[in-house]
Amino acid sequence: MLRFLIKGVFRDRSRSLFSIIVITLIVALTVLIRGFMAGIFDDVFRQSAVIFAGHVKVTTRAYAEESDLLPNDLAILGSDSLVAALSEEYPDMFWTPRILFAGLLDIPDEQGETKEQGPMMGFGLDLHSPGSRMVEIWELERKLTRGRLPERPAEVLLGETYAHRLGVEPGDVATFIGASMYGGFVTYNFHVAGTVSLGITGIDKNMLIADLRGVRMALDMQDAAGEIVGYSHDMFYDDEGSVALAVNFNEHVPNPENEFSLVMQALRDHTQMGAMVDISEYAIGLVLFIFMAVTVVVLWNMGLMNGLRRYGEFGMRLAMGETKGHVYRTTLGEAVVIGIAGSFIGTAVALPLVWYLQEIGLDYTGLFEGMTFVLSSIIRARITPDCYYLGFIPGVLATVAGTMLSGRGIYKREMSQLFKELELEA
Amino acid sequence: MNLLRRSVIILMLSLIWPLALSAQSEKVPTASELIAAMDANLTAKTSIVTSRMVVHGRRASRTITSKSWVEGAEKAFTEYLAPPREAGTKMLKLEDQLWTYSPQTDRIIQISGHMLRQSLMGSDLSYQDMMEDQSLEDVYDGVVEGSELLNGRDSWVMTLTAKKEGLAYHRRKAWIDKEWLLPMREELFAKSGKLLKSSYAEEVMQVEGRWYPKVWVFKDELKRNSKGTEWIIDEIAFNQPIPEAQFAKAALRK
Repeated sequence: MLRFLIKGVFRDRSRSLFSIIVITLIVALTVLIRGFMAGIFDDVFRQSAVIFAGHVKVTTRAYAEESDLLPNDLAILGSDSLVAALSEEYPDMFWTPRILFAGLLDIPDEQGETKEQGPMMGFGLDLHSPGSRMVEIWELERKLTRGRLPERPAEVLLGETYAHRLGVEPGDVATFIGASMYGGFVTYNFHVAGTVSLGITGIDKNMLIADLRGVRMALDMQDAAGEIVGYSHDMFYDDEGSVALAVNFNEHVPNPENEFSLVMQALRDHTQMGAMVDISEYAIGLVLFIFMAVTVVVLWNMGLMNGLRRYGEFGMRLAMGETKGHVYRTTLGEAVVIGIAGSFIGTAVALPLVWYLQEIGLDYTGLFEGMTFVLSSIIRARITPDCYYLGFIPGVLATVAGTMLSGRGIYKREMSQLFKELELEA
Repeated sequence: MNLLRRSVIILMLSLIWPLALSAQSEKVPTASELIAAMDANLTAKTSIVTSRMVVHGRRASRTITSKSWVEGAEKAFTEYLAPPREAGTKMLKLEDQLWTYSPQTDRIIQISGHMLRQSLMGSDLSYQDMMEDQSLEDVYDGVVEGSELLNGRDSWVMTLTAKKEGLAYHRRKAWIDKEWLLPMREELFAKSGKLLKSSYAEEVMQVEGRWYPKVWVFKDELKRNSKGTEWIIDEIAFNQPIPEAQFAKAALRK
């Protein structure tokens, strides 16, 4: 029966061609948008995780409560042993200590007097430990605009726009003015090794990246870190897994009432990121719903037109004794065949496009020049596992739903009128 | 009825009259007089002060020792003596400018702009607090609101409201001890009415015939969980000669 239906559908192209073209287009668009959205959200999560929050982050409770103030006086003490313990306990992630700090950067002239001064946001990253992936995940080599990467603890990278504003060149001295972990007044001479452009205007305009060892010396934070961040090895954010990890960690923390006890937060626990994670999950549902609705309407309409065209055929089949139910079911069977064929072709068309956007990306630097986004300047798509089957949902379901709606006409045919109609057609 | 009314009036007068007499006997000073009296205690032509600042952090307390040479309200030179990490750091204030020298960087850096609002050595005081050198009378309108008991001692309550825009504190409320003529408690408010800082004298001492705070506690009310900063005067000498070179920028590197 199935073979009969398949042969019927493909030999009579008027039954299948237009439907398959429509389904192919809609499925291809669905898969393309899914891949594109996955890429955009991945990029947002990746950038946010790399720069701000990690996929998960361990801090003291007091630090977590006041994290906007970068309260390094509330930092984790004994951070190196904690990193080792986390790496052993949770090997699915890699863990790294870091220190976020703020203050002023003062640029001296030839006489050592202040030439320029500007507020600064600093990232103390573990750049040099064996096995550290900070240079890789921050893409520092690719984003380096002038000079070279830091090689010594006191060497730093400045945001390109920040360096330009302060009139600093690689090789210059930049004095950090701020507060130590214990609140003491700190001045510390950093040496500018190079400049980077992260492509995030809000960060680039006052950013300093330094090796953790240098920052620890500057801020008197030996074996201390403001935060210990964890990332999945493939750098893709798994919301469910990260939240479960944080819950598990927090359940086993001793003395949770102590303000210096540890607390783990997932990326979604940070300001606005929870909403962003939820939006990413709902967005694909919304896209599917919209495409389903459009497809149903289009295919309903096509079904009605087909019904008119096949009016005589259905009449003949009914006159020959085929039940209305059987005619209806065979049209639904045809719809399933057409839906699967269209979905298959649509998915096959879309996947190479998504792959292209995944590998090459879409550079929109010029489009939003001067605007502040926590996004990289190249948008990339991503082939997610559901890209392989997601298109079949609107492709098959909508085709069947459209056929079900249009096929209701079969049941409205009056047997007493059939022969009259057939006589007229004859 | 008349007798009853007369008795009530006599009773009321007998109660009120002594109070009225006592109010007449204590003259309420003007704000200018109070400020002048406090200045006579707190300011001098020069002063040389060795002090400790105990900063109570969330984890631990830190004691910073310093020696300051002060001339009037416009010149001040401070050298930090301890702890070791801060030892050798120097600060020079000349009118509205502030420079700092740190031996770690061997640089003299001017502190200006928003940095002035930052905490001084992690304490509850800001650089701006340290920079205040205008006479209160010049920049504030003062009103003596009456007297109150503060820690069992009779004090005048004075409110000062800024005459001009741009001051760090729009309104100040001070409790001034009537005998010592020292501000024993002060609250500093923003224009919105929000309490920004508070301070109180925990201990006073008599030096060279004048009363002076021995232990002064400051609290930044915007700092959550702040336990305050104690400023303890260990030694103070007034009107000692200070060479002009002490207030030169070159003195920072010496």
